[in-house]
Amino acid sequence: MRLAPLLIGLCLVGLFTALALISLVWTPYDVQILEISNKMKPPGGANWLGTDHFGRDILSMIMVGGQVSIAVAVVAVGMGMGLGVPLGLAAAARRGGLMDELIMRGNDLVFAFPALLIAILITAIFGPSAINAIIAIGIFNIPVFARMSRGAALELWTRDFILAARVAGKGPVRISAEHILPNIANLLIVQGTIQFSLAILAEAALSYVGLGAQPPTPSWGRMLADSQTLASLAPHLVLAPGLSIVAMVLGLNMLGDALRDALDPRLNRAAK
Amino acid sequence: MSLLRVENLNLAIGAVPILRNVSFGCTAGRITGLIGESGSGKSMTAYAITRLLPKGAVAGGHILLDGSDLLAKSEREMCALRGDDIGLVFQEPMTALNPVKTIGAQVAETVRLHRGATRAEAAHIARDTLNRVGLPAAQFPLNRYPHELSGGQRQRVVIAMAIALRPRLLIADEPTTALDVTTQAGILRLLKKLVAEDGMGLILISHDLGVVADMADDLVIMRHGEVVESGPTAQVFAAQAHPYTRALIRASAHQPTRDAHSGDVPLLEVQNLVRDYALPRASLFAAPGRFRAVNDVSFTLRKGENLGLVGESGCGKSTLTRAILGLEAAQGGTIAINGAPVLAGQKMPAALRRHLQVVFQDPYASFNPRHRVARLVAEPFHLLADAPRGAERAQAVAEALESVGLGAADASRYIHEFSGGQRQRIAIARALIARPELIILDEAVSALDVSIRAQILDLLADLSARFGLSYLFISHDLHVVRKITDRVMVMQAGKIVESGATEAVFAAPQHPYTAALLAAAPHLNIEAHDEALV
Repeated sequence: MRLAPLLIGLCLVGLFTALALISLVWTPYDVQILEISNKMKPPGGANWLGTDHFGRDILSMIMVGGQVSIAVAVVAVGMGMGLGVPLGLAAAARRGGLMDELIMRGNDLVFAFPALLIAILITAIFGPSAINAIIAIGIFNIPVFARMSRGAALELWTRDFILAARVAGKGPVRISAEHILPNIANLLIVQGTIQFSLAILAEAALSYVGLGAQPPTPSWGRMLADSQTLASLAPHLVLAPGLSIVAMVLGLNMLGDALRDALDPRLNRAAK
Repeated sequence: MSLLRVENLNLAIGAVPILRNVSFGCTAGRITGLIGESGSGKSMTAYAITRLLPKGAVAGGHILLDGSDLLAKSEREMCALRGDDIGLVFQEPMTALNPVKTIGAQVAETVRLHRGATRAEAAHIARDTLNRVGLPAAQFPLNRYPHELSGGQRQRVVIAMAIALRPRLLIADEPTTALDVTTQAGILRLLKKLVAEDGMGLILISHDLGVVADMADDLVIMRHGEVVESGPTAQVFAAQAHPYTRALIRASAHQPTRDAHSGDVPLLEVQNLVRDYALPRASLFAAPGRFRAVNDVSFTLRKGENLGLVGESGCGKSTLTRAILGLEAAQGGTIAINGAPVLAGQKMPAALRRHLQVVFQDPYASFNPRHRVARLVAEPFHLLADAPRGAERAQAVAEALESVGLGAADASRYIHEFSGGQRQRIAIARALIARPELIILDEAVSALDVSIRAQILDLLADLSARFGLSYLFISHDLHVVRKITDRVMVMQAGKIVESGATEAVFAAPQHPYTAALLAAAPHLNIEAHDEALV
């Protein structure tokens, strides 16, 4: 019973990750070559998922686009977690102090700008590219993780076992790493999968307005944006990237839930 | 004719049997004490009577209220009964009230729900009921919020909610366990008065024989989901027919065998200690006020001595503990350990801190749930520069676990696999491992069942003798302190109001507060029958 979400999540995430990795060395067709005479083919035959309005093979584009989408999401969430969680833990360890105020007001400042505005700001300075999209989405992820880990850590700091660690002479850095972090890991995993799916969507949104991955590099978001006007004419153009995003996000959420359960020793009683 | 009759009540959750053939009665105008330790099924019995059972629970048998079977009623009929004919009071007054609704609205809600009373009528009844439970209109208008009241006052509001409609049966599940002794005495007096006035039946559920002994007309003693003995209180105590009854009485009065081995060498000297907290500013430009939680406290604890510290919640005993442990800086005074003084505001060096360890009250909150026991127990090694590593460390953990009566194999298990009593043993093992000279026991046995408490007290007495340990034993429970300490200090509002040899203080309290505490503490004045006589 409890294995099902883990397996389904693993399969979905594994499938798309594998496709993206394979595309590094091989794709059914070259996505850089346009073949207008072969445009808008429905799925089947030589092109399993059909072709787009430039005659490019959609399966190949999904594979290559997966690279960008997954890479952007992984790096952006990694950046958000890697910077946000330590900031949040530091703020919690020094609750009420100057550091807490500085970190949290800095967070508010980032929160005050919409992600898109930050992205436009960054692209205005450095020019549009996938890297800049990653940075923009990543910056927006930092306060999410900082605020969440601070809130969870504040509650943990009042517990007796933290007091026991302090009696054992451990400092705030050590306590945060040894006692707080493992106890908020489940929250981080769940929030991580949610942010991961949001990052894929954010990358799609940035690509949609032309601030993400630049043509001719395909990404799921750009494919969705490009085919939007053709949706009634050739639904498979929208469905392929759309379903890919849905399946990836769903897989990630299931995987996240299953991982959270697997990492909690209290829930492992049945396994023993 | 009895008001409530429980007949052959069986209860199972899934395949696990919880209650087996539970039968007892409750008569109008009388108090039935339902006694048992954790896991005895006493709370489940209360849930079965109110049909508030967890999902998957199947009940068999009969629960007759005035002759009609509650187990046969529909959920809709039960909703009409709950709050109207059956009132409920829970243990935790902090969580039983809705924090965003006024006390008046919460009491009135029951009235409006069951009687369809108008807002004004309901408010009127709520007012009357709050007056009855000792919350007069002058100090406690209906528009007060729960956070503006103390724990005892909140419990009175909970009782008011339960009795607003003058139910025929009131079930109080550990109503005073979370309260201080003097508050507890007040709540128990109130319940007794209400039973006499309204002629309702009261089922008083408790793990504490002392609380119930003075109150209950009838006793029902439960263990492992079965009733082992029941009958009128005097008769049960006179007969003590079941060995478990005798064991309970013996555990309540248990006196660990210990020999005083204190020398004259001072281990911990606290002098004129002051601990202030800043209060929030009253207005933007006003200077923040200060609250003096520990006010000019001085005492000396000698090597090998067991010193008790007694006081009610908010008296400053936890703040004092934190200051002694070096977790919070004091604002004045000195703390000297083995003659090396730490002045107020100074950080306590690790070399001194290693002489101190602590055991907390709540065995469930004291451990990181994500670490194995070996890592939990070894934590104080952080204080030692020359802490053992590898196999030596594992050996030290095993020794610590064995000295508290657990096995070396327990080191690889997680904390959730242990019971409350076992966890408290692990907490003691953690305190012992770095070989401290003083262990501060902060309400260390308060959350435990009487039989487990007796075992832990024995263990503490034994460890103290074996390792020459000193204890600072902090508790609100005077009888526990009396059993294990040589000297005792009584603390009130941040000051130590009385101190002296334990027996002298208990025999002839000098300060009125000590006398009030002693008078309020429920105590079992019954000797357990000797095993040989029965």
